[in-house]
Amino acid sequence: MKTVGIIFITAIACILPFLLPGNFYLGIATQILVYGLFAVSVNTLAGYGGMVSLGHAGFLGIAAYAYAVTSGTYGFSPWIAVGAALLIGTAAAAVFGLIALRTSGLSFLMITLALGQIVWGVAFRYTDLTNGDNGISLGRASVISADPLTLYYVCLAVLALVMVLLAAFIRSPLGAAIKGVRDQPRRMSTLGYNTWAIRYVAYLVSGFVATVSGILYVQIFQFISPHALSLTVSSEAVLMVIAGGIGTLFGPLLGAGVVVLLKNVASAYTDRWPTLLGCIFLFIIIAMPEGLLPGSKRILAGMIGSFRKGAAPSASLQPTSRAR
Amino acid sequence: MFWITGLFNSLAFAAVLFLLAAGFSLIFGLMRVANLTHGAFFMLGGYLATSAIGAGFWIAIVAAGAGCALLGGLVQHLLVQRLAGRELAQVLGTLGLSFIVADQCLLIWSGDPISLAPPAFLQGAARLGMFAFPLYRLFLIVVAAFVAIALWLVVERTTLGAKIRAAVDDREMARATGIPVSRLFTVVFCLGSALAGIGGALAAPVLSVYPGLDTEMLPLALLVVILGGIGSLAGALIGSVLIGIIYTFGQILLPDLSYVILFLPMVIVLAVRPEGLLGRQAA
Repeated sequence: MKTVGIIFITAIACILPFLLPGNFYLGIATQILVYGLFAVSVNTLAGYGGMVSLGHAGFLGIAAYAYAVTSGTYGFSPWIAVGAALLIGTAAAAVFGLIALRTSGLSFLMITLALGQIVWGVAFRYTDLTNGDNGISLGRASVISADPLTLYYVCLAVLALVMVLLAAFIRSPLGAAIKGVRDQPRRMSTLGYNTWAIRYVAYLVSGFVATVSGILYVQIFQFISPHALSLTVSSEAVLMVIAGGIGTLFGPLLGAGVVVLLKNVASAYTDRWPTLLGCIFLFIIIAMPEGLLPGSKRILAGMIGSFRKGAAPSASLQPTSRAR
Repeated sequence: MFWITGLFNSLAFAAVLFLLAAGFSLIFGLMRVANLTHGAFFMLGGYLATSAIGAGFWIAIVAAGAGCALLGGLVQHLLVQRLAGRELAQVLGTLGLSFIVADQCLLIWSGDPISLAPPAFLQGAARLGMFAFPLYRLFLIVVAAFVAIALWLVVERTTLGAKIRAAVDDREMARATGIPVSRLFTVVFCLGSALAGIGGALAAPVLSVYPGLDTEMLPLALLVVILGGIGSLAGALIGSVLIGIIYTFGQILLPDLSYVILFLPMVIVLAVRPEGLLGRQAA
């Protein structure tokens, strides 16, 4: 059943460009793939590792800037720039992980937020390298492809590859250990597992995936500015993860679809995206903390149930124990 | 000369940081709620003060504090309390709220920086030999010191403080002995938010108020709290001075990299004492 669903969705994704009416919609679909990949990276850490990061846009940004500077400013070929960005982004994750993993829980969240904002501050202030608030624009020659259709399939292929690898990783003994450390750190430690190292691996994998999404980001927009690594972007990714269902493989992609579509629709009518974003945050957290799909199912089931019984519904907003 | 002036400016900035971080630390230490709306309250306080300045400087400061206290109380009552026991939901809820507050500030006060004139008697500078210290910055340092002492007295020396500490240590037991825990937490939240608002208002003559001030100050406050030790008032004080000095000198000496230098204290302190300088060992 599940396999059929995955095959069906993959097939839809493959023929989607020919179903869409134009390049504008194709661009949005590509954005969903890239932000989806970014949300997947946040979910790797938050969902499986139990560590919510509010600074992940920093990795997206470091990778995108590394690419833009190597390829745009210094004129290296796109593939060398990809290599440089992968290297620098992952190295940044390795360093940040050493700092952030000194703490856990809420302190971890606070420190990742601070780290992310430090990266933002560098992108904003270090104008010699980053061109400050104006950002760096790349010409057509500086990216792998400027053709929307090619970009869509490149992003789709990268996303599919990462998903397959991640699924295998989560099922591997190491993936099981990561979930074990999330749920029962003390027991895992007693059993002889090196909980710190396991968390660090989760952090590295997550940072690497975020780096990949950053490289794709700069391909599709051909532009990078400090706004791409603001706290808002990190928070949007966390929202995608929660909306789609934290700790599920495909949930973040669904969440990314919902958030990117909402953002694009809303931008046609209002400048007040942050307000709307905040309202969606509050709605999801209060009404559907387990995610849109299970949340809607539960509320629908509750409504049908109360309709059958003819009794007043007793809203079963059970707080989940996911807070830990 | 350079070092003395720089140090003085660092302390003035540290005073602002302390007002901001103390409120955050108070709420976090007592309630285990990381209130990410705190930075937005700081900015809102600044904006409220610029709007109320017509009624006089002191009224403007009080208005900023009262406005943020009221809002903070509402946040605690309507959001945080409802999500009791769900730490992550509380954090993300206040984060969502911070976007709303910041965006509404942008809507109301527009995107241009607004500065605030200090009151007449605080303009000018105090001269000490060859040094000139702006009076207003001196005033900031005095206010922060006063707030630090007052907070310490309230928490450690009053019945209210004793009740709050009891509620933190064992919520159920405190309830059983008749302490109105929920109301106490609302008081704490109001107090913490008021400190953020007052901090923003007092900082307005120095920093001015502009969109993005919230996300600029919040990480600094988080760093202060993490470095100083969570829930420790003295830790917040030391952390503020530390970050104030490093940030101010960083901006003078290496303007491009003033943010990167913030890594330095973070790396050193976390390497040696992950619980912060004056933090208690995590349970």
